Amino acid sequence: MVDLSVDLGFLKLKNPVIAASGTFGYGLEFQPLYDLNLLGGLVVKGLYFKPREGNPPPRLAETPGGLINSIGLQGIGVEAFGREVLPRLAGLKTAVIANVCGEEEEEYARVAEYLSQQAGLAALELNISCPNVRKGGKCPAQDPEATYRTVKRVQQVSSLPLITKLSPNVTDITAVALAAQEAGSQAVSLVNTFLALAIDLRTRKPKLGNVLGGLSGPAIKPLALRMVFEVAKKIEIPVIGLGGIFNAQDALEFMVAGASAVQVGTANFVNPLACPEIIKGIEDWAKSQGISSLSEIVGSLKV
Amino acid sequence: MFQDKKAGIIKTASWGSYFLITLFAPEIARESRPGQFLMIRVSDSLNPLLRRPLSIHNRSGQEVEIFFQVAGEGTKLLAQKNAGDFLDILGPCGQGFSLKPEFKDQEIFCVGGGRGLAPLYFLARELQAAGARPVIFYGGQTLSDLPLKKRLEEAGWETHCSTDDGSSGFRGLVTRLVEKELTRRKPYYLFACGPEAMMASLAKICQTAVLPAEFSLESIMGCGLGACWGCARKIKKNGEIKYLRICQDGPVFPAEEIIWPGD
Ligand SMILES: Cc1cc2nc3c(=O)[nH]c(=O)nc-3n(C[C@H](O)[C@H](O)[C@H](O)COP(=O)(O)OP(=O)(O)OC[C@H]3O[C@@H](n4cnc5c(N)ncnc54)[C@H](O)[C@@H]3O)c2cc1C
Ligand SMILES: Cc1cc2nc3c(=O)[nH]c(=O)nc-3n(C[C@H](O)[C@H](O)[C@H](O)COP(=O)(O)O)c2cc1C
Ligand code: FES
Repeated sequence: MVDLSVDLGFLKLKNPVIAASGTFGYGLEFQPLYDLNLLGGLVVKGLYFKPREGNPPPRLAETPGGLINSIGLQGIGVEAFGREVLPRLAGLKTAVIANVCGEEEEEYARVAEYLSQQAGLAALELNISCPNVRKGGKCPAQDPEATYRTVKRVQQVSSLPLITKLSPNVTDITAVALAAQEAGSQAVSLVNTFLALAIDLRTRKPKLGNVLGGLSGPAIKPLALRMVFEVAKKIEIPVIGLGGIFNAQDALEFMVAGASAVQVGTANFVNPLACPEIIKGIEDWAKSQGISSLSEIVGSLKV
Repeated sequence: MFQDKKAGIIKTASWGSYFLITLFAPEIARESRPGQFLMIRVSDSLNPLLRRPLSIHNRSGQEVEIFFQVAGEGTKLLAQKNAGDFLDILGPCGQGFSLKPEFKDQEIFCVGGGRGLAPLYFLARELQAAGARPVIFYGGQTLSDLPLKKRLEEAGWETHCSTDDGSSGFRGLVTRLVEKELTRRKPYYLFACGPEAMMASLAKICQTAVLPAEFSLESIMGCGLGACWGCARKIKKNGEIKYLRICQDGPVFPAEEIIWPGD
């Protein structure tokens, strides 16, 4: 028997595979395709306090092995989420995690405060790293001090465990990770998308309505893996790794690099059954390697 | 909603840049309604990465058909598939055309431009099965853009064709042809799919004629499941303009809800 469960300290997952925010809707969209209870967890789409209109189309552009998106965090707002969606997720036997967004510190706090008063959430993921909304793509995750302040502020108003989601668009991601840990974050997840540009040469226009977007998918995997490796070496709190995970081997590589759990994003579009297939693949691999608990491989990179 | 990773290709046909693929997909076939579409993986590799949305062109028993024109790399790869190959397909996606009980015994115009005819064949069949009379308008630049002309005529539907160069049927835009026909008769409803400019102009014609209509829209798609919001476009619902998902809230919308570029 392989024990696939993962203990993050503040949260026990039945397996290390979590569906990533923004790629899995509000969780219910994939329900017709498979039993969501198979998942280690799922992170819902980013939530602001108020509903958001999102960015002008086109919102997606493909690159070799990658996807650039500028959705702009269109969403129903946290109150509608609490009223209409959360009750439908509450019966799930998987960790439901909310992705918390904000235009500024106070909004993060309001969203987190509201969510921590609702039943059915296992944790909050603080999306301090969305490159789409702020002018010039700036976000708190680009600055250790702003990260510290935002995490601290959310800690004050929320009783739920906090996972801080880091941006790769920084010079030193470990400094931001340390700031999140220092401020009391129980875990970090990385990476969010890489700020990117796609051009239509024929028209000499950007392919995205918002000009810039965030790159995800297999194209970013080696970069994400490097960042997970660097951060995991530096901090004590658990790391959740993501960026281009498309199969079990990708997921296991992130764990070897130091991730205690992983998230799967863009792969859900290409293969809607990606998450359950990755879980199965991890189990098969562990069996074949005679590994009884996945914690054995976390951070086991031989260097 | 099903993901069928191994939908077998039963047969293929082609006319220049247009292709027809018949797939064995019993579950999807059973649930399909006209106007719905499939998300199709065109390659096992990571390039192109995303699935391509293609309308369900026809359903018969346990089979579904797709009809497409090569538009770029993805559709080119799809065009290279042969009978005996397998496709990874997801569907049926989206909300289809509305089939109302009061269509019975009524004339319904179905207007397709080029590849836009794809969803209308299935629609016309279902309309006919429901006792309505589909009247087809099929437009293209030239004769070779009308590969389905024969198939439509064989189905026994009244079919009007147009080409920009006059090589087949009416010379001029299909919208002109519809407009002309509207001076002689008034159908009960109109459905259309085709290039954006064609549909936009058709929307105006329908408005003037006080003819209720529905259009099938396109957008680049990420998931096809309503999860990513990558396909959004501005739509007017209950007097409020907001971004709705073409894949999930559409792809078919009532004419009056659509905001056309340049509006
Ligand atoms: C709901 C829906 C149903 C469709 N049904 C059919 C059909 O039955 N038959 C058919 O021939 N085509 C159909 N299309 C259009 C078809 O999906 C695109 O032609 C195809 O995705 C282009 O892919 P490609 O890789 O060949 O071209 P690419 O190289 O990806 O793109 C070629 C051009 O098409 C644009 N494009 C890319 N994806 C789409 C898209 N999804 N919609 C519109 N433009 C796009 C690109 O921006 C580019 O300008 C449908 C589209 C939608 C949204
Ligand atoms: C369409 C799309 C929407 C996203 N929306 C969010 C979001 O709302 N909040 C967030 O924290 N990350 C969001 N992301 C980032 C993903 O959660 C993930 O960090 C990133 O895509 C890298 O993982 P991947 O390569 O597996 O997709 C989004 C990504 C995509 C592709
Ligand atoms: S394509 Fe993902 S929401 Fe429409």
